[in-house]
Amino acid sequence: MSLLGDRLGAARAEGRAALVAYLPVGYPDVDGSIAAMTAMVEGGADVVEIGVPYSDPGMDGPVIQQAVEPAVRAGVGMRDVLRAVEAVAAAGAVPAVMSYWNPIERYGVERFAADLAAAGGAGAITPDLIPDEAGAWLAASDEHGLDRVFLVAPSSTDARLRSTTAACRGFVYAASTMGVTGTRATVSDAAERLVVRTRAVTDVPVCVGLGVSNGDQAAEVAAFADGVIVGTAYVRRMLDGTGPDGVRALSEELAAGVRRRVAVP
Amino acid sequence: MTTSAVHPPEDRLEPARPTWPDATGHFGVFGGRFVPEALIAALDELTEAYEAMRVDPAFLAEFAALQRDYTGRPSPVTEVPRFAGHCGGARVLLKREDLNHTGSHKINNVLGQALLTKRIGKKRVIAETGAGQHGVATATAAALMGLSCTVYMGEQDTRRQALNVARMRLLGAEVIPVTTGSRTLKDAINEAFRDWVTNVETTNYVFGTVAGPHPFPAMVRDFQRVIGDEARGQVLEREGRLPDAVLACVGGGSNAIGIFTAFVPDEGVRLVGLEAGGDGVGTGRHAATITGGAPGVLHGARSYLLQDDNGQTIESHSISAGLDYPGVGPEHSHLHDIGRAEYSPVTDAEAMEAFALLCRTEGIIPAIESAHALAGAMKLGRELGPDALLLVNLSGRGDKDVETASRWFGLGDRESVEPGAGMDTDQHPTEGAVTNGDAVPGQDAGSPA
Repeated sequence: MSLLGDRLGAARAEGRAALVAYLPVGYPDVDGSIAAMTAMVEGGADVVEIGVPYSDPGMDGPVIQQAVEPAVRAGVGMRDVLRAVEAVAAAGAVPAVMSYWNPIERYGVERFAADLAAAGGAGAITPDLIPDEAGAWLAASDEHGLDRVFLVAPSSTDARLRSTTAACRGFVYAASTMGVTGTRATVSDAAERLVVRTRAVTDVPVCVGLGVSNGDQAAEVAAFADGVIVGTAYVRRMLDGTGPDGVRALSEELAAGVRRRVAVP
Repeated sequence: MTTSAVHPPEDRLEPARPTWPDATGHFGVFGGRFVPEALIAALDELTEAYEAMRVDPAFLAEFAALQRDYTGRPSPVTEVPRFAGHCGGARVLLKREDLNHTGSHKINNVLGQALLTKRIGKKRVIAETGAGQHGVATATAAALMGLSCTVYMGEQDTRRQALNVARMRLLGAEVIPVTTGSRTLKDAINEAFRDWVTNVETTNYVFGTVAGPHPFPAMVRDFQRVIGDEARGQVLEREGRLPDAVLACVGGGSNAIGIFTAFVPDEGVRLVGLEAGGDGVGTGRHAATITGGAPGVLHGARSYLLQDDNGQTIESHSISAGLDYPGVGPEHSHLHDIGRAEYSPVTDAEAMEAFALLCRTEGIIPAIESAHALAGAMKLGRELGPDALLLVNLSGRGDKDVETASRWFGLGDRESVEPGAGMDTDQHPTEGAVTNGDAVPGQDAGSPA
């Protein structure tokens, strides 16, 4: 079973892509971030990527860093993350934890898997963990029936696309442009090429991240991907201080976008 | 007393190759690759190019010629008897990496990686730097080989090592002060990785130490092992025996791996890494990663690191910008865990005492980083006694540290300074030093709080 796979499959059956929305736990504080995640779900997010604050987010751009730094300083940890997981599940979306590897390793891989499953979490997205190094996580996620999402990139060879997607359950995260997180004016052609190459080697759904900030871009990506991942644009709303109303409105716009594509592939 | 490590020269003339890492970059349980998938292709490309280059006679000849004619290798070994008078009577030999072009061991690695950059056809290099020595070395190699160069440096370090910032800019490099996190080396590495993942098609990351994802720890070691390969032969030639102990400071650990590697198979030779103890490991304000840290993942590899219960990296503290790093190379973690090398902390005050002592007894101004190794020799010499022979890696020279040292010792705030004022090497500097203004000994005198 796969909570993420089921939700993405349901969206596909409706002839649309899924909206995968990211926020880190702890900005402006834990309760504020959980309220915002709930609002994202109310606005139409299918999946919430619940970000674990980390002191050295090497794959994130300045916007996400800005939100995460105060959460790290405030000591936000896995216990707070699990509370957010429960809240998102209660709101009706599928919660997936997004974490750099060290916070999970420090918490204990087996303990993390057990607690995440008990909280109703679908699994985890691990941006700096490649399957080659993931032995303990592969075992723990199997044991507890959790999804595990690894990344593929435009620079991935076909052999790596095969081995990485073979380790994925739930979906494959296509990091569509080379670079760190952040909104971009245009969605790169590289995204579609990467999705096509990935689909050639796997039946696991493919979601596209890095760069989408509005409904039009979401519709563009929804035309070729199973899910549209949006992070920085949500975080920017939080940094702008528009709070739950701001992210709810963004979800509504993006949710309309992922439904605007014309044909089911 | 352990002077049993007497190996006749005929015992083993040629140092052996280490048996680690494995094909995927693991030193025991440490090392590996913990990076975004987007970097894997570049790391594979580097690994493949390096493995080919490593055994290519044309490359080896070009590299050797650069080391000889440009860096000035081999660097000499200098006996320092007046300094050794403060080391319990043990004899002390310094491996003089401070005499290399650009003033530290960093040039050894950078020339190798710059040649590799040319071989894979990239025109731009990026680097992180703490004390600025690796940044200066990278800027130097880039100028020599016509590569464009960008160096990331924590904003705090750009202030305490302003001289090196100016040197890099003179050499044509772009220096970008990093204002995220603790604004030191760890954050400079984060920014350099962000640059690399964005510009990987055109850019090679010239990593400065034996940390980071595979192949960096192995490759940088191989480029730095010339230090120990030379020193082992030099000591054997002049003494007819191996040293009892080899000492080096450890931040990321490249100069230490550089001098240790040749001696790893010599089981009678103690390998001693000196970590930056800052205000003291008990205070929490230090950079003694192996002494005070725990295994985890940072900057692309599993190794010891300073971290809290949530797995967040703890900011390190050291008077020495080059050691002010909360991680350490995975090979050091492995050498520690298998018991082949030992690691202990040296406080800021102990390092500065050794710094002053070498200046005044031998006329050599060491880098503050290297002064940690000297302080280790003072302690170990007293432990081992007069028959002991210690080899210390003097990894860099202290020109860049003159301002920090002047403030630590309270020099320069008076019209005339009594000879030795504030540098009475028999006294703890925090007792003997007269300080100016807001510079408080025991704190990092080179940076505002």
